[in-house]
Amino acid sequence: MNVQQVILKLQSFWADQNCFIMQPYDVEKGAGTMNPMTFLRSIGPEPWNAAYVEPSRRPSDGRYGDNPNRLYQHHQFQVIMKPSPPNIQELYLESLKALGIDPLEHDIRFVEDNWEDATLNAWGLGWEVWLDGMEITQFTYFQQVGGLDADPVAVELTYGLERLCSYIQDKENVFDLEWEAGYTYRDIFYQPEYEHSTYTFEVADHDMLQKLFVTYEKEAGIALEKNLVFPAYDYILKCSHTFNLLDAGGAISVTERTGYIRRVRNLARKCASIHYAERERLGFPLLKEKKKGEA
Amino acid sequence: MGKALVLELGVEEIPAQFVDLARNTFEANVRTWLKDNRLDYDQLQGFSTPRRFGVTVDNLSEEQPDAVEKSRGPAVSIAKDENGEWTKAAIGFAKGKGLDVEDLTVEETEQGTYVYAVKKVSGVKTIDLLKETFPLFLNIPFPKSMRWGSNKTRYVRPIHWLVALYGDAVVDGSVAGIKAGRTTEGHRFLGETIEVERADEFEEKLLSEYVIVNPMKRQDAIRHQIGLLEEEHNWNVDVEEGLLQEVTNLVEYPTALFGSFSEEFLQLPDEVLITSMREHQRYFAIHSQAGELLPYFITVRNGDHRHLENIRRGNEKVLRARLSDGVFFYKEDQKQSLETLVSRMDVIVEHEKIGTIKEKSVRTKQLVDKLSTELGEQDNVVSNATRAAELLKIDLSTNMVDEFPELQGLMGSDYANRLGENESVTTAIREHYLPRFVGDDLPTVVESALVSVADKLDTITSSFAIGLKPTGSQDPYGLRRQAAAIVNVARHFKLSFTYESLRDYAVGISDAAAYSSESETLKDDLDEFFKLRFKAALEERGISYDIIEAILVSPFGRIDVLFDKADVLQELHGTKRLKDITEALSRVNNIAKKQEGPANVDVALFEKDEERELYDAYVSLKDALGAKLESGQVSSSFEELEKLAPVIHRYFEGIMVMSDDNQLKQNRLAQMQGLSLEISRFAQFQALVLPS
Repeated sequence: MNVQQVILKLQSFWADQNCFIMQPYDVEKGAGTMNPMTFLRSIGPEPWNAAYVEPSRRPSDGRYGDNPNRLYQHHQFQVIMKPSPPNIQELYLESLKALGIDPLEHDIRFVEDNWEDATLNAWGLGWEVWLDGMEITQFTYFQQVGGLDADPVAVELTYGLERLCSYIQDKENVFDLEWEAGYTYRDIFYQPEYEHSTYTFEVADHDMLQKLFVTYEKEAGIALEKNLVFPAYDYILKCSHTFNLLDAGGAISVTERTGYIRRVRNLARKCASIHYAERERLGFPLLKEKKKGEA
Repeated sequence: MGKALVLELGVEEIPAQFVDLARNTFEANVRTWLKDNRLDYDQLQGFSTPRRFGVTVDNLSEEQPDAVEKSRGPAVSIAKDENGEWTKAAIGFAKGKGLDVEDLTVEETEQGTYVYAVKKVSGVKTIDLLKETFPLFLNIPFPKSMRWGSNKTRYVRPIHWLVALYGDAVVDGSVAGIKAGRTTEGHRFLGETIEVERADEFEEKLLSEYVIVNPMKRQDAIRHQIGLLEEEHNWNVDVEEGLLQEVTNLVEYPTALFGSFSEEFLQLPDEVLITSMREHQRYFAIHSQAGELLPYFITVRNGDHRHLENIRRGNEKVLRARLSDGVFFYKEDQKQSLETLVSRMDVIVEHEKIGTIKEKSVRTKQLVDKLSTELGEQDNVVSNATRAAELLKIDLSTNMVDEFPELQGLMGSDYANRLGENESVTTAIREHYLPRFVGDDLPTVVESALVSVADKLDTITSSFAIGLKPTGSQDPYGLRRQAAAIVNVARHFKLSFTYESLRDYAVGISDAAAYSSESETLKDDLDEFFKLRFKAALEERGISYDIIEAILVSPFGRIDVLFDKADVLQELHGTKRLKDITEALSRVNNIAKKQEGPANVDVALFEKDEERELYDAYVSLKDALGAKLESGQVSSSFEELEKLAPVIHRYFEGIMVMSDDNQLKQNRLAQMQGLSLEISRFAQFQALVLPS
């Protein structure tokens, strides 16, 4: 099964479970969790089921395309369901079967792993799922998002697509993965990996990035004052990515680091509470709507 | 005749580290509940897997025995009036107990004569009581709990089913909205959902669904399977208890299998390979009979023996990726010069308010310098220990420690060795975290002991200085554990500095440190903290409380001597020998209290031989006792005190201290005071509890 077949399978599987199939969000981010379709939508009482691929940027993991496992940008397949369905573990295992992974022929385990994101002021409990010893999915019941208690609780499944595919295709090096018949991951992603690594570690203008951080931070604040949650959130994401670039480039001292994280967290918290208030003001519209798939 | 009982809660995979907690707590609580409810049984056993836990009880009686409930009412003088008629108080009491007033009985007790209500209570049927055990499932102190869905319950993981069968009957009731029933789940992949007809077939039925509910049986199976692999390949597998326990709690149906890795990875230090396999993958490492680490591992699968080839290949692939990373990091780290590693300590913050690791290493070095000088160590020991102090934390900036924090110390030692540091220095770097927990290895050489004490003492002092004191059950920085480690190292190496000099050096260095101390009472805070730590360590050693009170008096002096004193006294605790000595010494201490302020003895005023004899004994004690304690000769210093006892007895037989002649009285009190001060160097003997 090539990479795009894996994506298509997962999309169709989760669409059948009444998930909205969303698209990657067009602002740089480090993980699918940061997509507003997860971060903002997991706040408050409204039901929400969605699935999407998220290209996720981790500048400090850039290795010029030389490392078989580490990437500047990898892909996550993200599922978010609120409230968490009681049979979510079974659904997840069904999704593996849809990918041709028969649990009877493998060793699949749920090993405790708790998740926390300091910049989003979010945390949850759950597991990493092991397939024959390899971590292929992060499985988390959100407990707090943006400093707000998750109520009802959303469950998040994050499949590491490269890892999962390297298992399915039995490849040692992600760049050898087949994306589509006759085309490898290398064909598509080697150049951007190399260039982004070079940019991050050798070229990026740290003064400019520091100014950008301040500008984005300010703009996020202004948008929040007008209760414009989604635009504000875009700028918070930009702050986060800019911080990651600075951090990867070694431009942030350890003492400054905590300060930067606190600044992003403060914005994320504010954004989360305003989002809740805005949804409440609108009467939590999705509470009343019929679930997708119902007549 | 009784029937079997099974109580089982089905939960999404419980973290391996909490499975034993769940089973043990529940088992103990059910046991208590059965006792409180006067229910007899033959055997009660807890069981657990990652997805379930509970208890099975054999031959649990079908109903409570009848019981007699007896409660005391008012005194007869209140219960009856002068005519012997029941009063309102008595009638009210009887009514409250559901009895007629004429049913009350009168009994004489030591406290007086009272009326009693004696009531027969008929036993309730067990099946009607059992639902009271359900809340016990929720009564487990999981360190982390969560909510799920729209449920309001907090629990370790979401709850799915509840089996409660007494004989063949379901116990009515529910836990967190889940109704009790007889339906349970087999193994996630190999088993089915099944109905359990009778409680006594529970274990057997689940076994046929590939679930071994008894953790000891799973653990034995794993041990046995590993044993077979060992035998077959002539291996030696280090079945570490902690890992075995974790693996047991990760599987419902274990099957051990082995895999291999490329020999090129053996270039990594053994500890790196072992740690990587254990921490990341939960694999057991394999040695040859000769003790060499071999390029194989054992993993335990949650399932049966089919398709093991797939699982072996998958696990080998994962390990290959991990170890490739390891080799990459190891090589990268080795490219760093010592100067780079040292300078990187400047950018690692130990704590926001305390400062960088570099600053810590400077303080530690100062402390090591002071301590080793005070101990009069040889020049090479001093120079090796101070050099090690500078390099203790060089590995904190390395890739390997970033990846495997538990390898800190070890990697620093490995890198320092490659960069040309001598063996004493690298040993000290490797051992400076020791002992990390109770019963852990101790440092092997004095250089390590010195840096171990200095490193921990600095952590404690700087934390106290910025206000991070352990409180109640909160000790996030493990300061109590570190204090206990200092005690153990000081004792083991018989380090001859006193607690007070240790504290004064640390406080002096803290006062001069780059961080700003927020504590104005640092010395007192440390004294109070260490006193409690000494006390805890002495209690742990089984030292009686009165001995602890007698010796744990400021100044505490040498730490090893403090513990030796405790041992000497404990050995004699309750004996006539110690009683005689104590009576003599306490008498001196007690009478000496009557002397206020300093006073001098004038030998010219002595009237009797006993006074002179005691004075001579005092002079020789003064010469000997302090010196012996300072050099750690505790038994021998105690013998000095023992020699004194008969002299004191003779003195008090012949002399009246509180003489009518004021001059004599003052002189004698002065003598008592001087003697008492010497005795107190060993203990406050008057605190000892003597056998009657």
